[in-house]
Amino acid sequence: MIEIRGLQKYFGALHVLKGIDLDVEKGEVLSVIGASGSGKSTLLYCINGLEEIQGGQVEVDGQNVHAKGADLNKLRQKLGMVFQQWNSFPHLTVQENVALAPRIVRGLDRKAADEIAERQLAHVGLGDKLRVYPGALSGGQQQRLAIARALAMEPDYMLFDEATSALDPELVGEVLETMRMLAEEGMTMICVTHEMGFARDVSDRVAFFHQGVMEEIGPPSQIFGEAQSPHTRGFLANVR
Amino acid sequence: MSQPISFFSGFQPSDLLFLAEAAWRTLLISGLAISIGTFFGIIFGWLLYEGRIWASLTLAPVLDIFRSVPLIIQLVLFYNFAPILGLNLDPFASGVVILAIYTAALVANVARGGIEAVGQPMRRAARSLGMSYWQDLRYVALPIGGRAVFPAWVGVALGVMKDSALVSVLGYVELLKASQILITRTQEPFLILSIAGAFYFALSYPISRYAARLEQRWAHA
Amino acid sequence: MFDYNFHWRPVMRDLPDLIEAGLLTLQVASLAMILGILIALGLALIRLNMRGPLNWIATTWVEFARNTPALFQLFFFGFGLGAFGLHLSPYAIVLAGLTFNCAGYLAENFRGGFQAIPETQMRAARSLGMTATQAYLRIVIPQVLRIVYHPVTNQMVWAVLMSSLGMLVGFRELSGETQFFASRTFRIFEYFAVTAVIYYVIVKIILGASRLLASRLFRY
Ligand SMILES: Nc1ncnc2c1ncn2[C@@H]1O[C@H](COP(=O)(O)OP(=O)(O)O)[C@@H](O)[C@H]1O
Ligand SMILES: [Mg+2]
Repeated sequence: MIEIRGLQKYFGALHVLKGIDLDVEKGEVLSVIGASGSGKSTLLYCINGLEEIQGGQVEVDGQNVHAKGADLNKLRQKLGMVFQQWNSFPHLTVQENVALAPRIVRGLDRKAADEIAERQLAHVGLGDKLRVYPGALSGGQQQRLAIARALAMEPDYMLFDEATSALDPELVGEVLETMRMLAEEGMTMICVTHEMGFARDVSDRVAFFHQGVMEEIGPPSQIFGEAQSPHTRGFLANVR
Repeated sequence: MSQPISFFSGFQPSDLLFLAEAAWRTLLISGLAISIGTFFGIIFGWLLYEGRIWASLTLAPVLDIFRSVPLIIQLVLFYNFAPILGLNLDPFASGVVILAIYTAALVANVARGGIEAVGQPMRRAARSLGMSYWQDLRYVALPIGGRAVFPAWVGVALGVMKDSALVSVLGYVELLKASQILITRTQEPFLILSIAGAFYFALSYPISRYAARLEQRWAHA
Repeated sequence: MFDYNFHWRPVMRDLPDLIEAGLLTLQVASLAMILGILIALGLALIRLNMRGPLNWIATTWVEFARNTPALFQLFFFGFGLGAFGLHLSPYAIVLAGLTFNCAGYLAENFRGGFQAIPETQMRAARSLGMTATQAYLRIVIPQVLRIVYHPVTNQMVWAVLMSSLGMLVGFRELSGETQFFASRTFRIFEYFAVTAVIYYVIVKIILGASRLLASRLFRY
């Protein structure tokens, strides 16, 4: 379980996260929505320790992420992450993209790592692209590759940062479909997204961020039906 | 004249003048070579771009030779070959000829790159506006391509300026040769080399920075 | 046409020695490139990531290597250091001079290469649990190497051409050896003509090998 208490994040003088309290239970799917610049990506980076924090704390399975001497590399194996820019490693084949981290981070031998890669790539529908270089894939395929790459670490949580925002419209569906599949398999997920349909249909709860504050959180029916905050209502009126 | 006791024994103020004159000769020979070489280099580059069969069969390999053989070897060869042809060239003239050919060989590539950078579509657009081939070259290809490769050309020019130090092997007293002469006389290698280095640096550094700045500005324009 | 008689026989007699000297040229150039690449990586990383005196030293190195003649740099390692009682052998002078020069030019190429890799690559690697070192070695540097591959190849050619300056500091690599033979026989033109051909062949071999290697190395 992920427990966030009083999280404060500054970039220099810029106050980006202003005291966030948030629990994510095992098996839960949380969607995070909000305007650009409201601090959604930063929240994810604080959860897996890619950004330092200036106040409060983040615990993953009882382990303090930002404690001195915390083994971040170990922790990040638990927290798979998929970014907005599909940043596959262009110099490695699709299979190597997925097998590399299991080999050098988890210490698996080449054969075991390759097998995991094959399995995860088949899982996201890229079983026939093992020897291809990412440059030859479409954006949607590259994003599914990124998902497989994260899954190969056998994480307990998946963090998605606008995984579909940079895709051409006709490619969004295949990636959302893959995310939905993961959710149905019981993966714990935090999805920063602009896909309101996905947020409504797939998530257990939806959190709305506004200028570094989590203004509102609740089941989709509440957020999309009877939002309390005028900011939430305004935001939703604009995206729809 | 009574010699004041100097910390740098043997190095006299007049030697500074000697070095300055030598620096001027460095500028002279490289300026001349760069001008002539650039002129021919652009013509060669254009011939290569036009891709006439004979150009790629004759010109390209010849230019390639000048880029694949050390300049110092070219200088020695030419200096010793000219008399065989019955030409009596002094070190300065030999230096200018070889440095200019060398410059042309390097500029040819740069120039061709520049014309290619303009791209077919833009040129076709220009032609479709009714411009003639020459108008297109004059008003579209040269200005746009020139911008694209100006920094590269500055790199070539500065390279030639520095390489002009090699003409010293023919006995032409440019900056580095002058330093050598002074070092032999004064036994002050460190001081004299520092002065010579400062001359080169003062010539090259500001220009290369300026080119880099232009490149950045144009890249963002 | 010429009233000059070419004498190629002495050159042909000494050809094996010249070719051997050509190998020495290749050796010193390769060594300078290997050292130069390692130093250039350091210089580039320092210039990108550090402030203070180290950055200042790296910048000075790069600017002096790029803004003064290579021959000047050789002289500096030759009699310039002699002023401090440090007398290098001709081999060491050429190696030091070439290394200094190559490192300076390559550092700028590498710096551009590092800057061309999006920061998101590093983030993605770290998010998979790779250490910073692993991410650099496995993800960033291989991509940088591809970007700088052609500049590095060109620099190798430059290193070979530049090593000819060894002849001016008493080093008997290809040019020095040629000068030695030429001054002994006075067939200056013939000797240097053959040497020019040898340089040309060396350069072509390097470019060919580089192309071959690239086709095996870079599949993407
Ligand atoms: N590395 C950074 N340095 C400085 N400011 C940053 C950095 N990353 C993000 N920010 C700023 O923090 C704020 C929140 O950014 P972000 O978390 O990316 O928002 P969102 O993902 O909701 O669009 C923005 O104002 C952004 O400009
Ligand atoms: Mg974001």
